[in-house]
Amino acid sequence: MLTTTEIKAIEHEISLVPHKKAAVIEALKIVQQQRGWVSDESLGAVADYLGMSQAEVDSVATFYNLIFRKPVGRHIILLCDSISCYVMGYRNLYAALQVQLNIKFGGTTTDQLFTLLPNPCLGCCDRAPALMIDDDLYTNVEPENLKEILAKYT
Amino acid sequence: MERPLTEHIHPDRPPFNIKEYEAVGGYAAVRMALKEWSPKQLQQAVQESNLKGRGGAGFNTGLKWSFVPMDGNAAQTKYVIANADEMEPGTFKDRLLLEGSPHQLIEGMILAAFAIQANTSYIFLRFAYKKAARILRESLQEAYDAGYLGKNILGTGFNLDMHLHTGVGRYMCGEETALLNALEGKRATPRAKPPFPQVSGLYGKPTIVNNVETFCCVPHIVNKGAAWFRSLSKSEDAGTKLYGVSGKVNRPGIWELPMGVTVRELLEEHAGGMRKGLGFKGALPGGASTDFLTSEHLDVKMDFKSVAEAGSRLGTGTMIVLDDATCPVGFVHNLQHFFAQESCGWCTPCREGLPWVEKILLSLENGEGREEDLDLLKMHTDLLGPGKTFCALAPGAM
Ligand SMILES: Cc1cc2nc3c(=O)[nH]c(=O)nc-3n(C[C@H](O)[C@H](O)[C@H](O)COP(=O)(O)O)c2cc1C
Ligand code: SF4
Ligand code: FES
Repeated sequence: MLTTTEIKAIEHEISLVPHKKAAVIEALKIVQQQRGWVSDESLGAVADYLGMSQAEVDSVATFYNLIFRKPVGRHIILLCDSISCYVMGYRNLYAALQVQLNIKFGGTTTDQLFTLLPNPCLGCCDRAPALMIDDDLYTNVEPENLKEILAKYT
Repeated sequence: MERPLTEHIHPDRPPFNIKEYEAVGGYAAVRMALKEWSPKQLQQAVQESNLKGRGGAGFNTGLKWSFVPMDGNAAQTKYVIANADEMEPGTFKDRLLLEGSPHQLIEGMILAAFAIQANTSYIFLRFAYKKAARILRESLQEAYDAGYLGKNILGTGFNLDMHLHTGVGRYMCGEETALLNALEGKRATPRAKPPFPQVSGLYGKPTIVNNVETFCCVPHIVNKGAAWFRSLSKSEDAGTKLYGVSGKVNRPGIWELPMGVTVRELLEEHAGGMRKGLGFKGALPGGASTDFLTSEHLDVKMDFKSVAEAGSRLGTGTMIVLDDATCPVGFVHNLQHFFAQESCGWCTPCREGLPWVEKILLSLENGEGREEDLDLLKMHTDLLGPGKTFCALAPGAM
């Protein structure tokens, strides 16, 4: 079941496009924003609301890497693993994060605080290596800075 | 030296709001063109300026616009889309323009929309550019409030809506026809061309897609003329260009320079040369999908034609430097990991081939390579070469 808040937001998106189906990515974003991720049940609710099959909605949902089809932690860490960050040492950051959080890429900490994901180029390659936590961008990150950065998120 | 695109960008202070932008001549081009020019005239001015697309392919922008059918049903729906997906690894130029001069982009898009008589436009922004999203939302509202967007713009009868669309990942969203599918709520797989988007694009309607930097050039061309724009350059390709350098150089960064500076100038004068103790081994001149240039290419001009003659592509103009202490096999493996991951899976050679290439490179990096692996890699450069796959991702990877 979609909540009234979700329905209102989805209806707004539908009003901007020529047919309902075209709003499916926006609808998934809205649901994810409210619930953290898109469960089978949420996906079914979006499909019903837009008059689409679940398979069709899932084919879209699973195409985009930032629609989460599995539960994630409260904060998402996106570590850039692309070329400039490779040259500038993202692997040292990854090693330090693995130790501090005790998870690998794709993992969520046992306290559900962080999910760690690799992400292609964050578009600040002149300030590599870079990572994002939720909406915040961190650049020229050294492994020594990680503790302080992570401590901001509770 | 003129820097029209970045003259008013100062990273240490917020971008100009609409009043500040107008005070330095902002929206003058919109006021003039919408009132005094015909759409055709605007298309011609842009074509004559020899502005070439800054998204990588380098196609003449005015010529691209001229393929939009302008006769017959004038009231037909048309779209203008700014490609702000910027996900090519090593590329960080559009971020500067989006965060630093949002009204310049909006103004360029209004002019483009007028040139093809489109009434709806979108900025397709990658998810990671959160700051740009916030700035663009505010700027769009300002432009609506000032009457540059909406109904009957400046009393000319021209209507234009502009929406910000933020993505949810995937490099393929930057390929222009895949972007159209993404905007329509579908998987971002590319479409067959022809028909080209200029004839049948978003929802089957005539559409132009241009890069952010391309649109940002347009107001200046209108204000100062095609000849002036051509004269900014040091080469056959017109205008200035945002050039970037990343990797182990002394001053990684981004600069607006005359089109056609040499690799050497960029590396030595602007990026400050290699870091102490490191040598230059090679560079990808314009993002992950461009081929290596080496020390024999230092005097190559960074314009579309010269870089192509040197066997690579100008691409996005943001160079990634490989130093002599970084493992070249690991470097290439990193690139192939990206391309294999981002393949949209639509066509077989790319979907099946790239993961194979990635695995071979990993085994080479780990010292487990076999003699035959080199032949296999070579075979893939052919199998995934230009013209053999649905879009340019695979040839870009090779
Ligand atoms: C896989 C792939 C990704 C692309 N990503 C982008 C991008 O992020 N931004 C962009 O402007 N062009 C990108 N392009 C190029 C676009 O398809 C298109 O050529 C460009 O947006 C046209 O604008 P322009 O003529 O102003 O350069 C990409 C192309 C491919 C094949
Ligand atoms: S070349 Fe690769 S990315 Fe492009 S359409 Fe084919 S599978 Fe998709
Ligand atoms: S490669 Fe990491 S930010 Fe571009």
